Amino acid sequence: MKQPIIEFKNVVKSYGETQVLKGVDLEIEAGKFYTLLGPSGSGKTTILRLVAGFSSATSGDILFEGKRINDVPANKRRVNTVFQNYALFPNMNVFENVAFGMNLKGTSKAKIKTKVTQLLAMVRLAGYENRNIDELSGGQQQRVAIARALANDPEILLLDEPLSALDYKLRKEMQYELRELQKNLGITFIFVTHDQEEALAMSDWIFVMNEGKILQNGTPVDIYDEPINRFVAEFIGESNIVNGVMLEDYLVSFAGSTFENVDAGMRPNEQVDVVLRPEDLDLTTPENGKLVVTIDAQLFRGDYYEISAHDDNGNEWRIQATNSAQINTRQGLTFDPEDIHIMRFNESEDDFDARLDNYEEVGEMDE
Amino acid sequence: MNKKLFYFIPYTLWLVLFVGAPIILMLLQSFMSIDGQATLANYQIFFGSGTYLRMMFNSVWYAFLITVITLVISFPTALFLNTLRHKDLWLLLIILPTWINLLLKTYAFIGILGHNGSINSFLQFMGFAPQQLLFSNASFLLVAAYIEIPFMILPIFNALAEIDNSLINASYDLGASKWQTLRHVILPLSADGIRAGIQAVFIPSLSLFMITRLIGGNRVITLGTAIEEHFLVTQNWGMGSTIGVVLIIAMIITMFVTRERKKGGNKY
Repeated sequence: MKQPIIEFKNVVKSYGETQVLKGVDLEIEAGKFYTLLGPSGSGKTTILRLVAGFSSATSGDILFEGKRINDVPANKRRVNTVFQNYALFPNMNVFENVAFGMNLKGTSKAKIKTKVTQLLAMVRLAGYENRNIDELSGGQQQRVAIARALANDPEILLLDEPLSALDYKLRKEMQYELRELQKNLGITFIFVTHDQEEALAMSDWIFVMNEGKILQNGTPVDIYDEPINRFVAEFIGESNIVNGVMLEDYLVSFAGSTFENVDAGMRPNEQVDVVLRPEDLDLTTPENGKLVVTIDAQLFRGDYYEISAHDDNGNEWRIQATNSAQINTRQGLTFDPEDIHIMRFNESEDDFDARLDNYEEVGEMDE
Repeated sequence: MNKKLFYFIPYTLWLVLFVGAPIILMLLQSFMSIDGQATLANYQIFFGSGTYLRMMFNSVWYAFLITVITLVISFPTALFLNTLRHKDLWLLLIILPTWINLLLKTYAFIGILGHNGSINSFLQFMGFAPQQLLFSNASFLLVAAYIEIPFMILPIFNALAEIDNSLINASYDLGASKWQTLRHVILPLSADGIRAGIQAVFIPSLSLFMITRLIGGNRVITLGTAIEEHFLVTQNWGMGSTIGVVLIIAMIITMFVTRERKKGGNKY
């Protein structure tokens, strides 16, 4: 395996009595787009500050290309940050902001000018050199902040919720641009957000965090399709989560019926959480349905209808449908075996991965 | 609108009676000779005599020294205070002395610096001969700076407290050392506070007179001392007013020089 560019080994960060990071291990490879995703207070920004060097770990090791950097000050790290509020220097204009790092290093005036022009063109702000910061819109300040951070040729760019202050449309645009930028530059991005949609759209790899711990990490598709627990399932996208029993491998019972599924490796008759994504559910006639539900309400969301319904066992179901449904009618609900995701209670990420590897191998041998 | 004007009446009265009228009276008085004749002689005397010009130079020079001393002490102090956890409490301790009467503080210094004061007692105890501390330029500067320091710290402290911490992090992040961050980020962003502090110290220092007498022993004679002498001793109100007018003009010039300027220019 390649040497990770950043590695955390059992990193703990405490403020007085409160632990904001409870023993975090993570590895980050060079050249990819990583996202730390979690609700506020989950410790994601703390990780960013530790990588940047703005605060120091209470215990544990932080490695950069294999070398411990716990005691390296922020100004000596080859890491630059795009701050949540942009943190542009109000006493300098756009040019001076972008040139700040190069000026400190004593780069020649001519070189600085070329580089600033090039960076501003890259973030589509050519010709804004002499503007004052307070004359720029939020989106433009954002771009200046990115240009300024990239001016030092960092190995890693840290982005602390940089899009949260922008309006919806601009945010979508910036998501494309940031992704594009990362691909073109080929450097590592570590992006912090509480917006799961943003995380799924942009990342190569996501760390889902809650209460100072990394709950799950993986590609967006992995995390969306195979959430490890209730928190991840609910945090990433909409989910229907019902109680079920894993009768045997590939056979699960919930909502009063038994269904074929694709999970295995659990004890017989183990209690589990069953996850079904609203977009995987389809409405049909009651005779053709695997479950029968009564429609309670529906909301028009523009590109789909969000329908809520309940089955005869009292479970709530949320369904995304392209066609509207009649309220208070009985409808059938269908889904495929692969749409059923099983989550064991209190399964750690390591156990989860081991079980997945195990039964996938068995499954392949069976074929 | 009428209501707003109504609320403004007390302050307007105050301004007219205690600010406007005295300035006009002083202006008129400055053109009067000692026996009540309209004349320009006072100004002629002021700008024609080496004594008055030396006094003016003295006033400006000592006000400048006091300002520099307080600034050199106050900026690092304000910087340090801002890093403390209960910074408002510490700030209160620094402001506290300003609640005590100026004369009282000055007399306290006579007790400390005097021939039989605390410092000399200590020196004697250590086996040294007592020193002449009071009535020297140094003691004058010490006491004046002591009295003015809170007025310098307060605006600088406020300006520093307003600087967003992420700006300082951004500076480190971009490779700046502590010193470079201070020079390129903290200092420019607290410039308004420094300016306000300079105004708050320099302008009152121009017309100090009580400390010059009690602590400086009239070795330092400033325009403030001269005004006092003319009004209370020689009874030459015309000359006293002229010096007053000159002082006011000096203050206006100070305000103009230290005014807030539009930002511009590359400061590297």
